[in-house]
Amino acid sequence: MRILVPVKRVVDYNVKIRVKADGSGVETANVKMSMNPFDEIAVEEAVRLKEAGKASEIVAVSVGPAQAQETLRTALAMGADRAILVQTDAETQPLAVAKVLKALVEKEGPQLVILGKQAIDDDCNQTGQMLAALLGWGQGTFASKVVPGEGSVAVTREIDGGLETVDLTLPAIVTADLRLNEPRYASLPNIMKAKKKPLETVTPDSLGVDVAPRLTTLTVVEPARRKAGVKVADVATLVDKLKTEARVI
Amino acid sequence: MANILVVAEHDNATLKPATLNAVTAAGTIGGDIHVLVAGKGAQAAAEAASKVAGVAKVLLADDSAYEHQLPEDVAPLVVATAKGGYGHVLAGATSVGKNLAPRVAALLDVAAISDITGVVSADTFERPIYAGNAIATVQSKDAVKVVTVRTTAFETAAATGGSASVEPVSGAGAAGLSRFVSAELTKSERPELTAARVVVSGGRGMQSGENFPLLEALADKLGAAVGASRAAVDAGFVPNDYQVGQTGKIVAPELYIAVGISGAIQHLAGMKDSKVIVAINKDEEAPIFQVADYGLVADLFKAVPELEQAL
Ligand SMILES: Cc1cc2nc3c(=O)[nH]c(=O)nc-3n(C[C@@H](O)[C@H](O)[C@H](O)COP(=O)(O)OP(=O)(O)OC[C@H]3O[C@@H](n4cnc5c(N)ncnc54)[C@H](O)[C@@H]3O)c2cc1C
Ligand SMILES: Cc1cc2nc3c(=O)[nH]c(=O)nc-3n(C[C@H](O)[C@H](O)[C@H](O)COP(=O)(O)OP(=O)(O)OC[C@H]3O[C@@H](n4cnc5c(N)ncnc54)[C@H](O)[C@@H]3O)c2cc1C
Repeated sequence: MRILVPVKRVVDYNVKIRVKADGSGVETANVKMSMNPFDEIAVEEAVRLKEAGKASEIVAVSVGPAQAQETLRTALAMGADRAILVQTDAETQPLAVAKVLKALVEKEGPQLVILGKQAIDDDCNQTGQMLAALLGWGQGTFASKVVPGEGSVAVTREIDGGLETVDLTLPAIVTADLRLNEPRYASLPNIMKAKKKPLETVTPDSLGVDVAPRLTTLTVVEPARRKAGVKVADVATLVDKLKTEARVI
Repeated sequence: MANILVVAEHDNATLKPATLNAVTAAGTIGGDIHVLVAGKGAQAAAEAASKVAGVAKVLLADDSAYEHQLPEDVAPLVVATAKGGYGHVLAGATSVGKNLAPRVAALLDVAAISDITGVVSADTFERPIYAGNAIATVQSKDAVKVVTVRTTAFETAAATGGSASVEPVSGAGAAGLSRFVSAELTKSERPELTAARVVVSGGRGMQSGENFPLLEALADKLGAAVGASRAAVDAGFVPNDYQVGQTGKIVAPELYIAVGISGAIQHLAGMKDSKVIVAINKDEEAPIFQVADYGLVADLFKAVPELEQAL
């Protein structure tokens, strides 16, 4: 079974982002970029399935600028076998990414596509569900456990009330949540080996996909800041403040 | 003006509060509000929806295929319904809504707009990005806007006062792509995390799950829900559905008490819209104090029992 893992290059989760003064977006020049943390979990899951003999090949894919090659190299160092960059400098919204991925799925024929549940920049939480819709496949979103079987895969999902398990006919889509696994760090030898693994570059055009954005961002602004509060000396003062000043208890 | 379709979240017997937040958001867009209830034996949920203030019509798709509201089965129904003349499809930004809405949008070949916190006009919405560290205003030119609504950003519509008609509708039924196997729901007598007036959350500083009863005792005194940081969930102190944050639940209670939580941006994203924030942490430099209205620098194992006693 072949597994496709889409990985996105995003601003590192430790970076304190800055909104551009002209309100056009968030400053992404000269900030540290990394693989979206949920996508590391997705890659790890694919690698573990391969190590367990349940998958034969892992193909990592990214849709984005030339620099997304670094993100793909990280996926290769973690254990993906080869990579495809769908190169575009256009703003890539989830529907467009899903259409690109659909074209690649049709070419590569994977049985499973494992994505992250959300990218931590735009926090959309859409791409996997959209890809599933376009392909007419089942979707196991927010997965905390993935157990492939004969012709189907059981996915345990983190839902608002607890956990839910669904059984999906293969091929299927899975989106990774935090508790699915703890991704490994790529070792130095594996980072070196990754440099020699195949990385193919294609364009949305060559796949026949129109990636024009559907949503226009009018402005991006900073949220209202909370006023810093006070430190209280002890529990008695805290209770008093909550009762008489804040009046919430 | 085109009508608005709100997809109800329910357990066949009762309506989930997220539906009421979505109805309020729909009300600020303008147009007749119709609520779609897809379920099995969901007459009671449909009747509850018909009583919600502001709802003009309820569409009830009662079919065993919709019992567990799997998105593979429900999305085609929503799409077929939406094509009957709706300008907007709304759902709560809950685990159910987030699972369904993008699937509906892709089938309609339109963008989905996730987790809106404001309605600027019928085609323009505000939504937080980068863990709430920036607010984007986005405009959609698509014929149908598929939107999920951040529940804490919109009041709940009144559950009574409406008298909408309930009309049966039918869809294609089971798509045959997915089957419900089981659910393991966390049982609790306490209020639901996202709807509670007071939330008491514990972090890594709690050290183990055995210490959470300290917080539970405090929560019970306050009628509060219990939440947690990701670190506490990852360490197995509490179940996943306790997680508050960018990638967990978004809460905005009247009072949020963070205990042994450092205040990482991913955690703050889930609670910084709370009305009053209290932080108890032994490290006076902890970033949580930058957003706390009242900060207590103390050992939680001493301060929490003391607080519980003082109430
Ligand atoms: C330079 C730049 C400028 C931008 N400007 C804007 C702007 O002005 N307005 C705006 O709204 N947005 C802007 N964006 C963001 C825009 O690209 C999309 O909104 C975003 O990529 C999609 O949403 P998401 O990543 O939150 O998707 P999600 O649905 O949250 O992603 C879920 C999963 O899908 C997969 N995935 C998603 N995207 C990719 C990808 N590109 N390649 C491979 N896998 C992927 C990953 O597995 C990911 O974990 C900009 C992005 C960049 C890089
Ligand atoms: C992709 C991604 C998504 C994430 N999503 C979320 C999310 O949704 N929600 C979330 O919470 N986090 C999330 N995180 C994790 C986040 O970055 C932090 O790691 C996490 O919030 C830290 O949890 P904590 O504050 O409990 O632990 P720590 O940062 O370890 O803080 C523990 C605190 O307890 C205090 N303490 C210890 N002992 C005591 C004592 N006896 N008395 C008083 N105080 C004490 C310490 O001083 C410290 O400040 C995410 C991270 C990533 C990468």
